[in-house]
Amino acid sequence: MNQFARAFQPESLLEAWNVIREDFAFATWETLYATLLATFCAILIGLPLGMLLVAGDEKGICPMPRLLMKVLNVVINLLRSVPFIILMVMVIPLTRVIVGTSVGTLASVVPLVIAAFPFIARLVEGSLREVNPNIIETAQAMGATPMQILLRVMLPEAVPSLITNFTLAITTIMGYTAMSGAVGGGGLGMIAITYGYNRYRYAVLYASVIVLVILVQVIQSFGTWLATKSDKRLKK
Amino acid sequence: MIELRNLSKSFVTADGPVDALRHVNLTINNGDIYGIIGMSGAGKSTLVRCINMLERPTEGSVLLDGRDLGTLSTAELRDVRRRVTMIFQGFNLLMQRTCLQNIMLPLKLAGVKKEQAVARAREMLEIVGLPDKENAYPAQLSGGQQQRIAIARALATNPDVLLCDEATSALDPKTTHAILGLIREINQKLGITVIVITHQMSVVQEICNRVAILENGAVVEEGEVAEVFANPKAEATKNLVYPEMADANVALGDKHGQRVRIIFNGAIAANEPLIAKMAMEAGIAASILGASTRAVGDRAYGYILLEIPGGPDELAKAVNFLRQTPDVTVQVQVDYARKEVEA
Repeated sequence: MNQFARAFQPESLLEAWNVIREDFAFATWETLYATLLATFCAILIGLPLGMLLVAGDEKGICPMPRLLMKVLNVVINLLRSVPFIILMVMVIPLTRVIVGTSVGTLASVVPLVIAAFPFIARLVEGSLREVNPNIIETAQAMGATPMQILLRVMLPEAVPSLITNFTLAITTIMGYTAMSGAVGGGGLGMIAITYGYNRYRYAVLYASVIVLVILVQVIQSFGTWLATKSDKRLKK
Repeated sequence: MIELRNLSKSFVTADGPVDALRHVNLTINNGDIYGIIGMSGAGKSTLVRCINMLERPTEGSVLLDGRDLGTLSTAELRDVRRRVTMIFQGFNLLMQRTCLQNIMLPLKLAGVKKEQAVARAREMLEIVGLPDKENAYPAQLSGGQQQRIAIARALATNPDVLLCDEATSALDPKTTHAILGLIREINQKLGITVIVITHQMSVVQEICNRVAILENGAVVEEGEVAEVFANPKAEATKNLVYPEMADANVALGDKHGQRVRIIFNGAIAANEPLIAKMAMEAGIAASILGASTRAVGDRAYGYILLEIPGGPDELAKAVNFLRQTPDVTVQVQVDYARKEVEA
């Protein structure tokens, strides 16, 4: 009998059930905690950065020096092109400086934020570029400052699109937290890897995946609902 | 008063520089409803955007009550833009904000307190006739209603000048008429100078007192609307005033004959049946090849293109007869081509 089949024998399932009962609630909490905290911090950095990318563009509402924009774009692209699992290892020194350790859920938030903020900046950039340019011109014709255009016109107009994109970001970052389990992060990913990969407890691995799938489903459904509800272009 | 002095604007494109405006000189007096008309690509939109400096002219200047807008600081220009507001073809309302919030936007941008802004916005809703749409979102309104909200928004900061960029081009004729009525009312009641950019002569005819015709970025004709209608000089004006005229020439191009064009320069409309009278009194049974007449006020403007049967004698007789009618110009077209001789 191979190890895969053995994982689903009654005694193995019972063992798995014990793991699920004892560890899953906390692991789920850790996953959510790392995901939401990382998303929040990444938005704090990514949202203004995305706004800057749009406003400072050559044809934007407040053109910035072209060199600055070029550097910003290159840095964002660089960060976006490093695979997350490698990035995690690369930033370990930084994580140690900020959190004091490179192991654990809180420590995993640091690489998560570094991986997610350029992603979010790009998403915000996309959302803001979708705003009807005629409306921006109208605001200019009203005597709005670039900052007023960003805060009072572009952001409010982009809200449904931003919600959709932030939902995408949360689900992607949740995928990253699971990956962080491989190099010391906590949560469902850590459970899946330590029990499933290292100890052939496939039942535990599948259970972790099912919980992750449910979490993603719930978050995605809520995000879609919220985006639709907030969009006043749809007649009701 | 707005004065455009030697205004030029060129854009740099991939195919080299394009002159959107060439040495435009115009004076728009306070209280005018001033029409700027031209075909698409004539430079109308660029011109109107130069008036509030959304486009910086390459050459020349825009004077608002004697102040050169090109020399103002960004902050001063923002103040000017509260006095010179604008409405657009696409209405350009914030789709995620209610009508009231939309109207409040320019007030908030100017730093007006919230309660004051709300009160002012409600007042504006009253003026444009939509007091019950306060909490509606633009998507719930018809095009005409959206333009009314846009007008309310443009009036909120109590401007001196309203720029209308093809403001009725997206609307059906009935709604266009209603919106133009509102603009005229605003002009008369609030004393706001209005500049109307359009490609439709009917819009100019309905509300403007003066008009400038723009072609390839240059003003080819300018004056009182009635005068320009009566006696269009430039080719571009003729095409706009009588768009059917060129068609008549083309359609009947292969048919040689003697033609007479009667141009009404503001004759008292429908006074007498001119063509029937000519048939009876002069014995000339002319056939009508084309006609386009319209009333401006109680006067008729436009043309009738006639074919006169017979030889040169009949032609001379017809011309003599027609020329007895007051406020009518008679032109003889010797050939079907565009070569025209003033009779």
